[in-house]
Amino acid sequence: MPLYHNDDQAMLKDSVAPFVAEQAPVSHLRSLRDSADATGFSRDLWAQFTEMGLPGILVPEAHGGLGMGHMEAGIVLEEIGRNLTPSPFLSTGVGAVAALAKAGGAQAGRWLPAIASGEAIVALAIDEGAKHRPDRIATTATRAGNGFRLDGKKSFVLHGHVADMSIVAAKTDGGITLFAVPKDAKGLTADPRRLVDSSLASHVTLGGVEVDADAVIGEVDAGGEILDALLAATRTGAAAEMVGVGQGAMDMTVNYLKERKQFGKLIGEFQGLQHRAAHLYGEMEVARATVMKAQQLLDEGSEGAKLMVSVAKAKAGRAANLAVREGVQMHGGIGMTDEYDIGLYMKRDRALAEFMGDVHYHIDQVARMNGY
Amino acid sequence: MSDLDAFRAEVRAWLEANCPPEMREPVREEGDVCWGGRNWEFKNEAQKQWLEACVAKGYTVPDWPKPYGGAGLSPEETKILKQEMKRINARSPLDSFGIWMLGPALLQFGTEEQKVHYLNPIARGEIRWCQGYSEPGSGSDLVSLQTFGEDKGDHWVVNGSKIWTSYADKADWIFCLVRTDKANKYQGITFMLFDMASKGVTTKPILLISGNSPFCETFFDDVEVPKRQYVGEINRGWDVAKYLLGHEREMISGGGAGGDMVSIGTLFARSLGKNDHGELDDPILRAEMAAFDVDVFAYRAMGERFMDMWKTGRAHPASSNMMKYVGTELNKRRHELVMSGGGSEALEWDSEETKGGARARGWLRTKANSIEGGTSEVMLNVIAKRILDLPGA
Ligand SMILES: Cc1cc2nc3c(=O)[nH]c(=O)nc-3n(C[C@H](O)[C@H](O)[C@H](O)COP(=O)(O)OP(=O)(O)OC[C@H]3O[C@@H](n4cnc5c(N)ncnc54)[C@H](O)[C@@H]3O)c2cc1C
Ligand SMILES: Cc1cc2nc3c(=O)[nH]c(=O)nc-3n(C[C@H](O)[C@H](O)[C@H](O)COP(=O)(O)OP(=O)(O)OC[C@H]3O[C@@H](n4cnc5c(N)ncnc54)[C@H](O)[C@@H]3O)c2cc1C
Repeated sequence: MPLYHNDDQAMLKDSVAPFVAEQAPVSHLRSLRDSADATGFSRDLWAQFTEMGLPGILVPEAHGGLGMGHMEAGIVLEEIGRNLTPSPFLSTGVGAVAALAKAGGAQAGRWLPAIASGEAIVALAIDEGAKHRPDRIATTATRAGNGFRLDGKKSFVLHGHVADMSIVAAKTDGGITLFAVPKDAKGLTADPRRLVDSSLASHVTLGGVEVDADAVIGEVDAGGEILDALLAATRTGAAAEMVGVGQGAMDMTVNYLKERKQFGKLIGEFQGLQHRAAHLYGEMEVARATVMKAQQLLDEGSEGAKLMVSVAKAKAGRAANLAVREGVQMHGGIGMTDEYDIGLYMKRDRALAEFMGDVHYHIDQVARMNGY
Repeated sequence: MSDLDAFRAEVRAWLEANCPPEMREPVREEGDVCWGGRNWEFKNEAQKQWLEACVAKGYTVPDWPKPYGGAGLSPEETKILKQEMKRINARSPLDSFGIWMLGPALLQFGTEEQKVHYLNPIARGEIRWCQGYSEPGSGSDLVSLQTFGEDKGDHWVVNGSKIWTSYADKADWIFCLVRTDKANKYQGITFMLFDMASKGVTTKPILLISGNSPFCETFFDDVEVPKRQYVGEINRGWDVAKYLLGHEREMISGGGAGGDMVSIGTLFARSLGKNDHGELDDPILRAEMAAFDVDVFAYRAMGERFMDMWKTGRAHPASSNMMKYVGTELNKRRHELVMSGGGSEALEWDSEETKGGARARGWLRTKANSIEGGTSEVMLNVIAKRILDLPGA
């Protein structure tokens, strides 16, 4: 497989890019923010996404989806990133689908069609502290009655307060088990907080939540592999969205360099700025290629995928961060104003960088996978 | 089985039968690289065998057409051949400026007769080429070059001097930029080919900070160059020169990904030791090496994407400038880490254990990566103007 978009993928991009740019440009985020919207995204927009089949892009055809791959999901995510579109696509359409499809069984049969048809929003309740440390899950699931009792606290749960179901990772006697916890489960509370990028993420408390045995996604104690699939998909997806954020910021900045005059010249004529812009371009291109490589390896089910996913999250993290920092700086004073969009890119980048492991976490993972 | 799978199987079998075990080792010293040419002395029988086997198959230049010494492979097949060679750590059978630079330019601009005449000996490793571009006053501003060819009817008489001519003292022929019209800057340069054994050509090695002298000053004193030995059009050599530079950059940028597949952290974990957690014992160096490894894996992905796009005409024409910039800066970073990981041992300049200071010399050599073939600053200028379309000063 060559490392560029084939004709079908290019066609998908040609339909998704203008759709997102028209229906959900940065002004869409602003209006949600300014109206202090309590959902965190637009249900109308999600319905439009559904009409295009997007929530089901990774859902197998047997479950009513499009049965496409991470490369295709990445195309959607890049446009979401470029337009800063608030959307549950990453957690629902990518992370949750990857876990459910990997696990199969009753929960897959129950939720995958609902995701594909746009009816269900799913949240991922993995992290428990301020940093992403999936190997330190302390939430417990103990056998009770004919099911389990869940106790613990989860943090940074995107869309947690509106999700129809949350995928909860918990410790069981012999390992990790994933549970599908429905919205109305007793003992489940989600306390949403607005983040720097205006999105909403919840602190979730599981106070003796009782679930039936069939809430288990996959098998008891065998959630590790499913969690890995969820993490790989979500991390790659977040990296793709970051490429979009970085690209959006870079494009804005390069355009600004061609418009703004100082000292009687366009500032884009100054070599000091040209070199920084060109360096940024190189970093963004490398990040893009890396994310595509991770998507390709995931789609092929290759052994090397895990390493490349961490490389992609780290590299996209570095490149997008450079893009937003250079963006604000090269805009000068105007870049500091709320009225101008570049600052919004900086905020979204920060949130995505933290989601599912920051640059340092993934650099450390690369070292570990290489045995040092 | 698809055609490509069948091809892969065939290549695998061929390599198994034809690549000698000695040629499946990483390159460790200068002599391990086979440059060919009239005066080439093979390091050992295996090096000779490996070259001959590849020549017979067209595998020194797999994607060139068969009449010119290639194997006529498609981009996909070429990629498979490279992957399979890499899989068994096969050394390149032949390294050559003819293959990397002149060949592509001839394929693009040469006449049919020139292609047959010049490409076959390149493919067979019989003629070693050097590149006569830079002059003492013309480096980054290459188009200001002054070496002049006076029109004498059926030949030119060339006078002037070149500098930084890599391996000029070992090369058989030179591809050379010569001014043939003083009134025109860009449209007054002709791309000429001539024998380094011609009367009036002399070379003088230049000692580098690495202690080696891989390149020379080159002097032309009334050198006669027959009129049939130019490529493209007379006075339009700049087009050929630029095209060739694209390929030169492609080649130089390859260094960034590193030769072997072992990550730098893995390499140094062995010598630096690990702590109780199995982590490399110096936490700061570990972090820097891991960050570097991330960039190498990422750059390799870019290399693959760049090649896939370049070979199918999808890449921006200036994207080789980006590859060159990113790759060479990365390679310099690698060698800084190699020195730091090596500690005092890496400083040894002439001991037997360090193979005559191979690491230190290698580190110093890489500083040229961001100079040769156009400096990093010039690459950034080109990216800014041609890709980002930023306004000119
Ligand atoms: C928080 C804040 C508080 C401020 N408070 C005050 C205040 O109290 N009073 C006041 O008068 N002003 C104030 N300023 C304005 C401040 O001094 C200007 O923002 C600053 O001088 C930059 O000018 P600019 O914003 O027009 O950027 P521009 O001049 O448009 O610069 C845009 C970009 O181009 C770069 N650039 C411009 N010229 C060159 C060049 N020749 N070579 C290379 N790069 C170049 C800049 O470095 C920048 O990155 C404030 C600004 C901020 C952000
Ligand atoms: C190891 C090695 C092998 C080489 N092999 C060959 C060969 O085989 N054949 C051959 O012809 N040449 C060869 N070269 C020459 C090489 O192409 C030149 O060194 C290179 O083009 C730079 O030119 P210069 O050395 O004159 O530097 P200069 O052009 O003098 O540059 C000096 C500094 O100024 C900067 N600078 C110059 N112009 C600009 C600008 N417009 N904007 C910003 N910064 C600028 C440069 O980036 C550099 O940092 C080789 C060089 C090396 C180091």
